[in-house]
Amino acid sequence: MLPGHTACLGCGATIAMRYVLKALGKNTILSIPACCWAVIPGVYPHRTLDVPLLYTAFEVTGAAISGIREALNALGKEDVNVVGFAGDGGTADIGLQALSGAVERGHNIFYIMYDNEAYMNTGIQRSGSTPMGAWTTTTPGGKKRMYKWEPKKSVAEIMVAHNIPYVATATIAYPEDLIAKIKKAKEIKGPKFIQILSPCPTGWRHSPDKTVEISRLAVQTNMFPLYEVVNGTYRITVKPKNPKPIKEYLRLQGRFRHLTDEEIEMIQREVDKRWKELLKKERCSNED
Amino acid sequence: MVVLPEEPTPIAKVPSTENKTGGWRTFRPRIIYEKCIRCYICWKFCPEPAIEFDSPDAHPAPKPALAKFDTVKINYDYCKGCGICANECPVNAIEMVLEESIEEEEAD
Repeated sequence: MLPGHTACLGCGATIAMRYVLKALGKNTILSIPACCWAVIPGVYPHRTLDVPLLYTAFEVTGAAISGIREALNALGKEDVNVVGFAGDGGTADIGLQALSGAVERGHNIFYIMYDNEAYMNTGIQRSGSTPMGAWTTTTPGGKKRMYKWEPKKSVAEIMVAHNIPYVATATIAYPEDLIAKIKKAKEIKGPKFIQILSPCPTGWRHSPDKTVEISRLAVQTNMFPLYEVVNGTYRITVKPKNPKPIKEYLRLQGRFRHLTDEEIEMIQREVDKRWKELLKKERCSNED
Repeated sequence: MVVLPEEPTPIAKVPSTENKTGGWRTFRPRIIYEKCIRCYICWKFCPEPAIEFDSPDAHPAPKPALAKFDTVKINYDYCKGCGICANECPVNAIEMVLEESIEEEEAD
C-alpha cells in the first residue's frame, strides 16, 4: 500500500487494508464494490495498491470474486488469493445475496467486510450493521428520538449458518490477532469470511486520533467480541478479564451523545446478552 | 474477428505517491527523540503509512541498549496529521503542534 491515498484523517479502513495485504502478500487479486475503499485509491489513473484491483457494482462482490476464482482455476493459477473487500453496506445489506451464493457454492475465496457501521462514503446513512442507539443522517433523532433502535445485524453469524470452513471477527487495534487469523484462513481451502471493525472518525463523530483507542474499547467492553469459527467450532481469541462498562465506549463518540442513562443501560443489557450467548456457543461447540 | 484495442480496459498505472497529502494537515506530529523507545507502535497504527525507518544512529538513543534499533521518521509529504501516533505512543514521545506555529518558528 502506498501513501498519498485520499482517505480521511485517521481512517480505520486503511489500517485494515494495510494488515490484510501484509498477511496475504503480493499474490493477491482484490475486488472492491462501491464503498469507502472505492474512492480511497484516488481517481483514475492513480493507484494506491500494489495488487490488481477490480471495481464492481455494489451488489455483486460475491459473484465477481467467484468468477475471478474460477477463471484463475481454469488457467491453472490456483495459488492466487482472491479477496472481496467490501464495506458493511455492501455486505450486510446490498451484497448479501451475492455473498450468500458465493460462499454456498464453496469457492476458495476470501471475503473481508470492513465494518464502519453505516454507509460512510455516501454520507453516513443507516445500514443493517449500524449499532443500536446510533445517530446517522437517515436516523436523525429529533423530538421523537428517531435513532436506530434495532440491534446490529450479525453478519458473522449469518456466515456461520452457511457452514463455511472459516469465519472470524477482528479489529484494527489488535493487528497481531488480525494477521494471525488471515494467515490461518490462507491455509484453509474454501470460502473464508472475516469481519473487521474499522472506526470512522467522520461518521462516528470522534476525533481522528481516537480511532485505534475506540476499536480497542469495542473489544474491552464486549461490544465487538473477537472470535473465530473453524468448521463450526467457536474460539474467542480476546477475552477481556474485567469488561469495561459500555459507557466508556459510547461517550467517546458523538453519534451516541444523545443517549440517556436508561438507554445506555438498555444497550449494556443487549451487549451482555450477546456476550453470554457467545460464551455459550463456545462452550457447546467445544463439548464433543 | 473482433479486434481489441491495445488496452481493452483502462488500467490505473500512476502511483498515488504523486498526491502530496501533507497539505491537509492542521497539526503536525513531532517526535521527541530523547523519549522515543523505538517500539514502532506509531508505525504499526499509521493509516497512511507515513512513518518510515531511519538508520539507528540518526538520533541519539535515550538508553544505550536501544542504540542498535532503527529510528523512525515521519514523512511530512504524506502525513495528514490525524494524531493516532501521538495518541497511541506509550511514552508520549510524539507531540502534536499547530502547523501555523511551526511556520512562525521557522520564519523567526
